[in-house]
Order: sequence, then structure tokens, then C-alpha cells
Amino acid sequence: MKQIALNRLDELFAAISARQTLLIPQQLENGDAEFRPWSAEAKLYTGLKTSRSAKDAFFPQVENLVGFKVSEQGIELMDTRDEVQPFTLFGVRGCDARSFDILDRVFLAEPVDTFYADRRAAATVVTLACNRPETTCFCQSFGIDPSRPAGDVTCWMDAENLYWQPNTDKGRALTEALSLLEEGEEARAKRVEEDIQAVLKRLPLKDLSLDHVGAGKTKALFDRPEWAELSEACLGCGACTFVCPTCQCYDIEEFKSGGSVRRFRCWDSCMYSDFTLMSAGQPRPTQTERFRQRFMHKLVYYPDNQDGLFSCVGCGRCLVKCPIHMNIVKVINALKEGTA
Amino acid sequence: MQGVKQKALELLTGGKADRVLGWRRGETFYDPTPGVFASAEEVERDFVFDAFCGANLSKYLIALDRAEGVTAVFLKPCDSYSLVQLIKEHRIHREKVYIVGVACEGMCGYDALMKAGIEGVLSFEEEGDALKVHTLYGDTVIARKDALLSKCEHCKSKRIVTYDELLGEQGDEVADSGRFDEVARLEKMTPEDRFAFWQNELSRCIRCNACRNVCPACSCEKCVFDNPDSGIRNKAAADSFEENMFHIIRAFHVASRCTDCGECTRVCPQRIPLHLLNRKFIKDINELYGEYQAGADFDTRPALLNFQTGDCEPSIVHVRGGERA
Amino acid sequence: MSVKTDWKPTIVAFCCNWCSYAGADLSGTNRLQYPANVKIIRIPCSCRLNPMFVLRAFQRGADGVILCGCHPGDCHYTTGNYYARRRMTLLFSMLDYLGIERDRTRVEWVSAAEGAKFAATMNEFVATVTALGENRRLEDLRCKA
Repeated sequence: MKQIALNRLDELFAAISARQTLLIPQQLENGDAEFRPWSAEAKLYTGLKTSRSAKDAFFPQVENLVGFKVSEQGIELMDTRDEVQPFTLFGVRGCDARSFDILDRVFLAEPVDTFYADRRAAATVVTLACNRPETTCFCQSFGIDPSRPAGDVTCWMDAENLYWQPNTDKGRALTEALSLLEEGEEARAKRVEEDIQAVLKRLPLKDLSLDHVGAGKTKALFDRPEWAELSEACLGCGACTFVCPTCQCYDIEEFKSGGSVRRFRCWDSCMYSDFTLMSAGQPRPTQTERFRQRFMHKLVYYPDNQDGLFSCVGCGRCLVKCPIHMNIVKVINALKEGTA
Repeated sequence: MQGVKQKALELLTGGKADRVLGWRRGETFYDPTPGVFASAEEVERDFVFDAFCGANLSKYLIALDRAEGVTAVFLKPCDSYSLVQLIKEHRIHREKVYIVGVACEGMCGYDALMKAGIEGVLSFEEEGDALKVHTLYGDTVIARKDALLSKCEHCKSKRIVTYDELLGEQGDEVADSGRFDEVARLEKMTPEDRFAFWQNELSRCIRCNACRNVCPACSCEKCVFDNPDSGIRNKAAADSFEENMFHIIRAFHVASRCTDCGECTRVCPQRIPLHLLNRKFIKDINELYGEYQAGADFDTRPALLNFQTGDCEPSIVHVRGGERA
Repeated sequence: MSVKTDWKPTIVAFCCNWCSYAGADLSGTNRLQYPANVKIIRIPCSCRLNPMFVLRAFQRGADGVILCGCHPGDCHYTTGNYYARRRMTLLFSMLDYLGIERDRTRVEWVSAAEGAKFAATMNEFVATVTALGENRRLEDLRCKA
């Protein structure tokens, strides 16, 4: 374990930044936070979560795949892939750190998504324990420990120091390059951990039960009458899907500009009326079916395919951002009420 | 506001309405969801109305208009403007709605509590002009005016345009709402600064379409931005041009029909001040074509569906104040 | 605003079928000169101009967009240009509000008899936009690659 005084954080960031690009959560003028490249003026956001999730670092909303130039001689392929440089992602919370595992199982399975894989390989993830969990947090229900988040390096913060615990080879390589880190006091990091554990026991959503959802529950849940009432107020916007750290659906589109074509992918949302639109039409014609798809995917289909792992990390972003305050917690609870 | 739930029960049991559109209680205090109640038992169990029921229910009535019978709805003053505008546009039949107007002193939002730095909120009590908030990290008190939704900060009217029944006192239009102050401030900036301001705001857009989908004036069956045959469909802004295009067209399409209910800004997950686009159109209309408030009555024509032979020329934009680019 | 000496702006001129398109035709038959970088798009009435057309013109490389229609009161469909006038006023004002140069957009009423006015208007508009330089604030980089 290593440590560094909080008043030397800027030195730490400067040292990491000298080695490779460093992204840290920073507060914007409007009060929200976002992961942005560190600069000498940047301040680490001390609140809990960024407005958008950390998945953007690996799976950006829009990404060029390939380009074509069309001329009389034929079609010429253009490589539009952005070059990926090694980078450090600092200040990731436990929930977002778990979301990387969930995305990995999709994008790194055969056939490997090389765009995603390149970024994952280039990144060193430094996570930060959550000193002040929110009432919208329910990561515990998914077996995530926000007091000891996973990652290449795990950090804790108290009033004086940042404690630094490398976990992987990547994390150790980064640690070795940072000579300004001092020997850490494990007991003090442990104290932070215990304080967080105490708060976790008081969170209102700590007892969220997941026994009635999960792998193998398709038949039990698919035709449940509750879907109609749960989805009746849904606006069909994509706010929940786009702030979600585990939503992974994308669409591939082309932009034609006379002589050339850009093929890019962009996030798609199962809440949209043209999601998975085919020549035969829309397989989910009403919002109720689209709404069901989103939650069945997270709570049943994904666990079915991935050894029971849920595709939700309990970050609570959708609880805050949904315009009509419908969310996965309400869905889980409503489906429970109906089970005998 | 007391008596809303009681009224909902009364309307259902008394047969005045076949269903009631209101709010369903959430997991906690700040997250009620709009809901349709068909029975008194349902109302007893789930109906809620308090300072956090800020959503505008008018747009749901478009779909409910197709249902048999009468839908009763609870409308705050600003919501009533949206409903009247929709009735004017023949999207809703007046006789299919039983309107209960609810006087309003401004609604509160979770976002405002966050902005005020209150963490770990658990529950609240209304105490006069203040909210007592219990949190994980202790109790705190916040003035109601500091906990208001963004859309309530510059309330334009406490008047309920049309109703069958009223809970509380009928109010008046607010003469000095100050709702155009921010637009005027932007107009005074240099074009370079304005461009920088809007690039900074709009570049955060994630194209979730919440602003469009929540908007009572956005009632097209199929939006051009969703239609693969329109040639301009885009699911994400792949270029900064597309951010501009979406927001200009979204605001333009509702210009002169937008009642300034402020839902677009309330729902934006990226906190983009979208109402400043809509208010620019309203301010321009007021200044160039005479004061006009969409949804304030049943018979006047919206400014863009109307004209005067002596209207100003578009070149007025070139000669009006402000620096040139 | 860097203006290359050999740079010529692309101008899109939306012309109503009944007055301004005929006006453009007359300016041609009268052998009046206006720059070849003015691309005319014929529309049935000035009120056919969807604001989206203006934005799309800028996206696809226009540096200036001008709408020409019948003089107010002379619309072939009686009132179309009155509606167009309000729409373009509000649209141009919005573009200005977003910080886009207000001299890139213009509306001019040109009758079928005003060939000379058409040529003069285009010459003047091209000169204005040339002085402004390339459209940078409402461009789509993918169209310039």
C-alpha cells in the first residue's frame, strides 16, 4: 500500500499525466461532473458520481468504423480508426468498475470488438472508494463492495491522504512509475473502509431482493401483467440507456456526403421506436414491449448468457435521470409483489 | 396541497370520470411517476400528490383521448396552458377531459436538492415555506424557493386557463416573472461569446430525446429525426452540426405553440438550458408580432400560423441591436 | 476569418417558381452577370422553404443561403410569402442567437420582371459572404473531408 497527502494530489496527477493521458472526474459549470483530460487547472470532483458513466472511455457514443471514397475508378476503403494511446482513468467508482466486466463479456467475446479491446488494453483503471454513498445506490445488491472497488489500482481517501493499493500488473507498473508515492498506512485505509461499510448498512435500498429475477426466469416474468402499468408513463426517451454504465446496444449507420461514405456506430436505445427496425418491421411495436426488453435484458437475458451475472450495477443514475422516475428498482419490486 | 387524493376518489366513485390521471407514489419521496388510476382501491393504495409532483400530465391525454369515456386530470397552472394548446390543435377533445385545476406555489425537484449540496436524502416534511429534509448524514432545512424545479424559477402564470373544478385559489399571470432576462443577457453578448456558450451547452447533448418526448407541443406521430426515410434521421450527433440542427429544429417546430412549460429543461439529463431556445422564439414573437401566449385561450392563432401584411422583413435581424459577427 | 484570395463562397438561392425563378431567368436572357457560384434551387413557393432546407444547405457546404420569392401581396398562392416571411425572420434570429453570422442568411423579394434586381442582389450577397469567409460555425466536417 502507498499513500500521498491530499494537498499533493496535483503533483500526483501531473506525474501520471507526464506518463500518459489522464482522465479524472471534473465538475462542470452547471454542477454536473464528467471524466475529462487532466490539466493543471483541473480539480478532482469530490462528489459521488459523474453524470454519464465511465463506459464512455471504452465505448464512446459515436465512433467511426470505416470510410469509403467513391470515384469512377471504384471504391476506395479509408481507415478512419482513431489511434489509441495508453491512458489512465482515475476516480472510477465500484459500480462503474463492475460495468467494465459486464461490457467485456460482450465486446471481448468472439468475435472480439477490436475498437473496444484496443481501448481496454490501453487503459489503467484507478478506482476510488465511495465515502458518501447516495440513497439511490444499490450496488451492494449486485455483490459490489463500494468500500473496496475493483480495478488496476484501488484508492481510498480520508481527510488527509489518498491511499493507493495496486492490484494488477498494470496497476503495479503505474505505481512503480510514481516515485512520489510514500509508504501507506494500511490501518487508516481500513478505517475509511469501515466507515463506508457503516453507511452502506443504512442505505434505503440495501435490502433490494433479486431472488425472483435472474437466469432462467424468462417464462415466469415475460407475460407478467405488471409490465403494462410499469411502462404506461414511459416517454420512450433514451435517457436511462444513455446514462447507464452497462447498456451496450449500438446501431451502425452511414453518412453519405456526395463522394464519400462514413460508416460509424452510435449508441442505440431499446426504448426507441426504431430500435432493431428490420425490413419486416419493428419486432416490439409498443412501448410496453420495448420497456420490457430493457429490463428483461438486464435482469434475465444477460444473466442467462453470462453465468447469472446481472447487467445492472446499481449505480442509481437512472433513478435520478428518468424524466418520469420509472426505474429498475421499481420494476424489480413490482415484479416481486406478484410472485407468490 | 391537501384534498387532491380525496378528489380523485370522489371523481371515481361518483362516476364523474372513468379514470384519473395523477401520480403514483415512488420508492421514496422525490420519485412519483405519472399514472392512470381506474379504481378507488388503486387510488387508496398508490395515489400521491405533493411538492415533488412536478411533471406536466397534459401530453398523456393525447393517448387517453382514444380511450372510452372521460379522463379526469389534475393540472397545475402551467400544465393547463399545455392542455388548452393541445385542445386548440385538435389533439384532445375538451369533453373527454374532466379538469381539476390545482393551485401551485412551485414544485420541487431532486435535482435542486442535489444542487444545494444536500446528500443522502431520505424523506421530507413541508413546513410552511421550507422543506425539512432528513438525510443519511443528518437533518437539514431548505427554503422551498431554493428547492424549486428549474421550470418554476420564473413562473409566468398562476392562472388555470380552463377547469371544471378548482382546488385552491385561482391565480393571475405573473407580470414580472423575469423569464426573458437570461435570453436578453445572451442577446447582449457578442456572437463569438454566444457561439461559445451554445457550443458548450449543446455539445453535452446525448440525444436521448427526452426533451422532445416530454414536450406537450411535440406530438407528431413520427418525428423526422426517427424516420429512416426523412434523410436526416440521426440517433446520435456524429458531428457538431447535428447537435445544432436537432435543437434548432426541435425548438422551431414548436415555436408559437410552445407554452413555455419548461419540461424540456426539467428532464434534460445533461442539464442543458433548452428553455432558452424556446424562450428566444417567444421573446421574438412578442417583440415582432405582438404579445402572444400559447395556450392562454381557445381562439387566437399562433404567430406562425398567422401574418400581417405589414410584418417586419427578415432583415430586421440584421438591423436589430447587438454586434455583428 | 482567413479568406484565401482565390476562395469563392458557395451560395444556395432558393427561388420561388412564379416570381424569382422567372426573375433569374430574365436576368439570364438579358445577359446580366452574376457569379456562377450561386446555386439556384427552385421551390414552388417561398413558403415551401422548410427551415431544415436552410440548415441542410449549410451542412452540405453552403457559405450563404438566400430565399427569393414574390413581393408581399403578389404571391401566386395569395399568402404563402407572408408565412415564409415570419418563419425566416424567426429562423434567422435564432441562428443569430446561436452565434452564427447573421450576414450568411437573407430574404429578398424579386418579381418576374426584376431580372436586374436579381443579378444585383446576387452580386451583393456574394460579396457580403465572400467578406465573411467560409462557413465554419454551421458546417459538417464530414462533408468537407
